[in-house]
Amino acid sequence: MDTLTLLQHYWWFLIALLGALLVFLLFVQGGQALLYRLGHTEEERNMIVNALGRKWELTFTTLVTFGGAFFASFPLFYSTSFGGAVYVWMAILLCFVLQAVAYEYRRKPANVFGERTFDVFLMINGLLGPLLLGMAVGTFFTGAPFTVDRLNLANAEGGAAVISQWATPWHGLDAVANPRNWALGLSVALLSMILACQFLAHDIDDETIRLRIRGCLRRLAGGFVALFVIWLLCLLMADGWTADPATGIISVEPHKYLHNLFEIPVVAVMLIIGIVAVLASIGMGWVGKRRAIWFGGAGTVLTVLALLLLAGWNNTVYYPSTADMQSSLTISNSSSSLFTLKTMFWVSLFIPVVVAYIGYAWQALSRRPITREEIRGGGHQY
Amino acid sequence: MFTDYLSTVDWSRAQFALTAIYHWLFVPLTLGLGPLIAIMETLYVRTGDEFWRRTTKFWMRLFGVNFAIGVATGLILEFEFGTNWSNYSHFVGDIFGAPLAIEGIFAFFLESTFIAVMFFGWGKVSKGFHLTATWLTAIGANLSAWWILVANAWMQYPVGCTFNLETVRNEMSSFSEVALSPVAVNKFLHTVTSSFTLAALFVVGVSAWYLLRGREKRMATKSIAIASLFGLVSALATAWSGDQSGAIAARTQPMKLAAMEALYDGEQGAPLTVIGLLRPEAERSSNDDAFHFKVDIPKLLSVMSFRDAEAFVPGINDLLEGNAEHGILPAEEKMARGRAVIATLARYRQARNEGDTGTMQQIEALFDSATPQGEHFLREYFAYFGYGYLESPQQLVPNVPLLFYSFRVMVGAGCLFILLLALVWWFNRRERLDTKRWLLHAAVWCIPLAYLASQAGWIVAEVGRQPWAIQGLMPVNIAASKIPSGSVTTTFILFLVLFTALLIAEVSILCRQIKIGPKNE
Repeated sequence: MDTLTLLQHYWWFLIALLGALLVFLLFVQGGQALLYRLGHTEEERNMIVNALGRKWELTFTTLVTFGGAFFASFPLFYSTSFGGAVYVWMAILLCFVLQAVAYEYRRKPANVFGERTFDVFLMINGLLGPLLLGMAVGTFFTGAPFTVDRLNLANAEGGAAVISQWATPWHGLDAVANPRNWALGLSVALLSMILACQFLAHDIDDETIRLRIRGCLRRLAGGFVALFVIWLLCLLMADGWTADPATGIISVEPHKYLHNLFEIPVVAVMLIIGIVAVLASIGMGWVGKRRAIWFGGAGTVLTVLALLLLAGWNNTVYYPSTADMQSSLTISNSSSSLFTLKTMFWVSLFIPVVVAYIGYAWQALSRRPITREEIRGGGHQY
Repeated sequence: MFTDYLSTVDWSRAQFALTAIYHWLFVPLTLGLGPLIAIMETLYVRTGDEFWRRTTKFWMRLFGVNFAIGVATGLILEFEFGTNWSNYSHFVGDIFGAPLAIEGIFAFFLESTFIAVMFFGWGKVSKGFHLTATWLTAIGANLSAWWILVANAWMQYPVGCTFNLETVRNEMSSFSEVALSPVAVNKFLHTVTSSFTLAALFVVGVSAWYLLRGREKRMATKSIAIASLFGLVSALATAWSGDQSGAIAARTQPMKLAAMEALYDGEQGAPLTVIGLLRPEAERSSNDDAFHFKVDIPKLLSVMSFRDAEAFVPGINDLLEGNAEHGILPAEEKMARGRAVIATLARYRQARNEGDTGTMQQIEALFDSATPQGEHFLREYFAYFGYGYLESPQQLVPNVPLLFYSFRVMVGAGCLFILLLALVWWFNRRERLDTKRWLLHAAVWCIPLAYLASQAGWIVAEVGRQPWAIQGLMPVNIAASKIPSGSVTTTFILFLVLFTALLIAEVSILCRQIKIGPKNE
């Protein structure tokens, strides 16, 4: 493997890791979606919002960094997907804008729109954020209708000079027509709620809320497991697209993702451990164990990491074009140059330091769970 | 179809400008208030005086209200590069993406991790750890400014890159040239110091409001003591970096400078117009008919641009029609050379489609700087690539009145701030500030003026870059995505309504929190 190919794989790994961490951190959104289900009184809702509110910025930052890292390492994806599937991405962005202000403003006097409005903002973000992100990532496996021709720049007229073009007028809404995207979107949404239940059970010290969490967890678990298993089976049975490493020519390969599992056994092991850990965490949460979130979190990160590696490694097409097969994106035809990937490699060596201080600060704030007394006691609160 | 695309470009520009304007309503206060809060908390930790804890927590509360909405608008800006400027993202993503990713990895995580400790860590973590978190939040915010301004500076002055024919894009060849280009360093210094000035004026203005009402006297005077000195030093640094910025623009973006000055005919020993009233566009064609009236300072523009009283400063007409004496090519010639490059790319595409490897190799040699013909082609032709997409030389002229007046609002307000902050600092030091009610009123009114000046600065920087998305390389009409103009219009209106509603909520909350004061801390 030459240096460029190695770095392309390395950067796809980092993108996959960021995506995996993002899905774990979507527990913030899951908690927002369950705000009124788990919090029946104003005080209970305040406890939930304050537990989630200490982490919302991490989720937000991970989303921003996921976008930035994708832009830096695979700019052709950035220009093709964001510049094409505009409606989906704009909807995602809008619902994250609503979230960013809602925490800070909801209980502030003179907030113009009232606490309930900002709680509705939180719930919109909580429900739509994970669903839409899941559906958007679903297109990594199901594809989207676009064409790419870099030499379109040889056309002197604006519209014709655009390199990546969408082949339908739907600009991303096409993803809605594919039930597999729905299955993944709903799985991510339900998983974010399950993780939220586990997180809140860990970070809130209140028997009433914990009892409600256990009841909620049971209802969510069945739906999630069913949907995720259906999606995973469909994926492993589906045809995938593969690129010839010598020529770059793309062709269909039956059961491509299943083959990837056999050909990259470490990813298969990761996937199995991840799924087992998520299932174990659901069981632990079911019987009221506070530490379920650590298993749920680790399992989610491993599972999503493995799935995204299946999408991009082993010459797999990670963004198939349903309009023109040869326009499809792989990590080798859409990456940055060797120089940029190398530069970014040195930058990435600082990531463990970032992870370490996040862990330290997280631990420092979550050492003592939130209680009713703390919420009644004042201090800075959302 | 092409008309529809043009409309998409215009709406995309409007949407990006809208988001950037709103974003910049919140960010400078975050950048400047962070260090001020950190200084106050340092005083608390060093003296153990509860007064400083209350004061820190009060300003921190205002910081929190302002911070959230800056984050929200920032997210939109980052992704709009992809959604609205798809060709741009491909053409320069290899260079432009890196600063954005570094901003996320280094700065955003620092900021977002420690801001939670800063707000919720009181009593939960040690005083030392809390103070560290406050400083790291302030540093994180300013570090993020560094990287996004590196990206912006690169759009104004694209350096450290080469064109790759195989991938049809510009690729980074020197990270240090990109990250430490003189434009980036200057832009960072100017933007950050001006943000420090804005935040200082905010603290001074709010404190002045308390003094006018005879409230929170100790907190107000102590806050003013810190903020006025901090602001004065920052405002002087802003003036210095602004002067540097003009000199850099003279070398890298002469059209921007000429438009800022409404200088139509280049001159040796060019004067600086302090103030003037421009004639309507149709009547402006030379220095003689550009103004109804103006007040000039002789030779100052030449001095500021080239540090030489007799230096030649090119005007708009020189840059459009050319000036052989000063080695300036006519715009038509640059456009012809740009079109020649585009035609070469078209030949390359045809050769590729026909499998004509001989022609492909010939063209590849043209783009290879190691060959003599490549060195000549890249220097004499590819340097004007972006000009090939322009339809007329007039497109090269940015909006002259907007630039001319914005520049004067920015500079005029900046001078006023230096005077105000010096007076406030002096009278506060003499403990006579509360008797100078005119000065306190002026300090309150300087808050909105600081925001106006800050926005005017960005208008000069960004409108002055037009028609380029990347100076000389790619005009905005080629940078945009191919999406229906109706969809951009819709999102523009959505953002306008949403951001305005959130701005109203933010201002209302801030005013109420100021009214409440530090009594709840």
